[in-house]
Amino acid sequence: MSNEAAIIEDVHVHGAAHHEAHGHDDHGHHEHHDTFLTKYVFSQDHKMIAKQFLITGMVWAVLGGLMSVLFRLQLGYPDASFPWLESLLGKWAKGGQITPEAYYALVTTHGTVLVFFVLTAGLSGTFANFLIPLQIGARDMASPFMNMLSYWFFFVASIIMLSSMFVETGPFSGGWTAYPPLSALGDASPGSKTGMDLWIIAMALFIVSSLLGGLNYIATILNMRTKGMSMTRLPLTIWALFFTAVLGVLSFPVLLSGMILLIFDRNFGTSFYLSDIFVNGVGALPNEGGSAILYQHLFWFLGHPEVYIILLPAMGMVSEIMSVSSRKPIFGYMAMLGSLFAIAALAFLVWAHHMFVTGLNPFLGSVFVLLTLLIAVPSAIKVFNWLTTLWRGNIRFTPGM
Amino acid sequence: MSLYLSIAIIALIFIVIFQIAKASEYVSVLKGEEVSRKQNNKINGALMIVFMVLGFVGIYVCNEYLFSKTLLAQEAASIQGEKVDQMIWVTLIITGIVFVITQVLLFWFAYKYQENDNRKVFFFAHSTKLELIWTAIPAITLTVLVVFGLRNWFFFTGEPPKNAMVVEVTGKQFGWIFRYPGKDAVFGKKYYKNIDPAVNSVGIVWDDKLAQDDILTEQTMYVVKGTPVKLIIGSRDVIHDVGLSHFRLKMDAVPGIPTTMWFTPKFTTKEMKEKTGNPNFAYEISCDQMCGNGHYSMKGIVEVVTQEEYDMWMAKQKAQYLVAFPEKDPSNVPAAATAKTTDSTAKTAVAKM
Repeated sequence: MSNEAAIIEDVHVHGAAHHEAHGHDDHGHHEHHDTFLTKYVFSQDHKMIAKQFLITGMVWAVLGGLMSVLFRLQLGYPDASFPWLESLLGKWAKGGQITPEAYYALVTTHGTVLVFFVLTAGLSGTFANFLIPLQIGARDMASPFMNMLSYWFFFVASIIMLSSMFVETGPFSGGWTAYPPLSALGDASPGSKTGMDLWIIAMALFIVSSLLGGLNYIATILNMRTKGMSMTRLPLTIWALFFTAVLGVLSFPVLLSGMILLIFDRNFGTSFYLSDIFVNGVGALPNEGGSAILYQHLFWFLGHPEVYIILLPAMGMVSEIMSVSSRKPIFGYMAMLGSLFAIAALAFLVWAHHMFVTGLNPFLGSVFVLLTLLIAVPSAIKVFNWLTTLWRGNIRFTPGM
Repeated sequence: MSLYLSIAIIALIFIVIFQIAKASEYVSVLKGEEVSRKQNNKINGALMIVFMVLGFVGIYVCNEYLFSKTLLAQEAASIQGEKVDQMIWVTLIITGIVFVITQVLLFWFAYKYQENDNRKVFFFAHSTKLELIWTAIPAITLTVLVVFGLRNWFFFTGEPPKNAMVVEVTGKQFGWIFRYPGKDAVFGKKYYKNIDPAVNSVGIVWDDKLAQDDILTEQTMYVVKGTPVKLIIGSRDVIHDVGLSHFRLKMDAVPGIPTTMWFTPKFTTKEMKEKTGNPNFAYEISCDQMCGNGHYSMKGIVEVVTQEEYDMWMAKQKAQYLVAFPEKDPSNVPAAATAKTTDSTAKTAVAKM
């Protein structure tokens, strides 16, 4: 059989149901023509893709965690000298002390990697891919091919982010939020030169990956539920992953647009974010009329839903694990669902609370104060419902619990 | 050395835990799965209470040792700061009560309702009444916090009293520039393309008559105890942030978009030196927004003084216009012959700033 035919065959045959029917000992089965490449690398099986996300996420978690060890060491012992740091980091740790630019670069990369690559891709990518088809009774994702692409875009984004650590002028060092003008002006900080270009490319590819994944999750949950699995019978984990995907699909493109404007400001002389700037050693820039605050609005329009992209899957899984382990149905399923919805909806209306000190119009600020505190109500409902789920149960302390 | 030792100890602890886990796994195989599962369940249930107690002890100990290092341990040095502290305390107390109640319930339920063959699970899937109660209670509590917070918010962001003095603060990589309006109490125009780091660090438009008495200083800002100060904040290059931790306020410095903030200092720097027992005490302006490689070193000082001291200091200041154009200085005209010496004093004045 030709390679192409094998792939087509794979799409049709290689599904969850197939696996379940034959168990693990069907490797010799005549229908299977998985090569190592199609089974483990360019796999379209949702479970394998979930594992790929998990492993990549774990690698990033370890790398990002080690970065924080390095910069916290410097923070905790500012006057101490660690010769091994110099042998590890070379010119970034002259005399055994991490230089300011390396410190900021580590903080920035640590933040970006953990928020996006570990807590978004690692968490949603792993659990959404693994659990959605299994818990709704589908054979696989709506588009296994798109699912595979989603992982590989993430992988390429990872490689580019990693390679930005090794350029001459250093990785981007302006914080994970990458506020312009600092991120727009290579003259303002060496990290904003090549390092920032690579950072933007990596983030753009990451956004593509998360959109491909998110669309797939939504399509699968809406269309591929098994007979009798109505929306109100869905496990809360799936609901949480659904809302997470919706948040991602609606908010990541806004960040992407912000990044594109940033690319224009960096490379093509536009003034979206730049105005009235005099850079030491360079002089006054020609840009006038831009607003540095515009980027912050675009960034936090993703940035705040991002908080819930990270939190909602955990909330969903806690609901499920608690109810199963205490041998009780979840208390107030509809209230849990309603509060998930409320959190997801409010997540889009609170972004400016990250910008209270940017000179925001005080009235606008007051609206965001109100909406921000409102979000505590559905969160409180969830906590009380979890407690009631435990109440008078019969709790088994499984590893998940 | 102690660092390597502690790393070694942590590694050892991990190995010990790993070995214990391995040993207990073998024991459970010997005992039979069901028996050892039930036993483990009991241990885990008891551990819940242990964790709760350890957690609360930990909170108490941390509080005992670290509270004095937090900002809250020191009295706020402005009227606004008092309100901020008040708000933090109210919020901490309310959320603290909720925290304790929910944590105690969580761990207590986990312990009390651990698996027991003789108990039947109480089927309880829904109760509108209960759910309404715990929607309403947080909603009411939050209303209190919102009303309290918004009142302060509008006070902070509102207009300062009429008698407020005005200082313009400009951030740059990596330092602070302050501009006082001079005798006319009005700032002259500025335009960023006029910036000359040597004599015109904020880009004052010299043709503007109002600008000719403006005073520029760097790094240290003088303000008067008890008099409201309104800061007009801007930046020359990237986004900075005027962080006044002792006054409990901060505001971004954004290039091209002026922002404002006002506060009323309560104690002079001298009084704070006595209060804190620290002879080197200084009100610090820290840059609170990542602004480049020198971000850590971007500090300024607020010198809070009495009105007399302020007037004396102000009398010594020279308008920047006269620094930039020494030949226009009227005090120089009669002494035209000794122009060289006045020129050098002008230079030292710049250096001092």
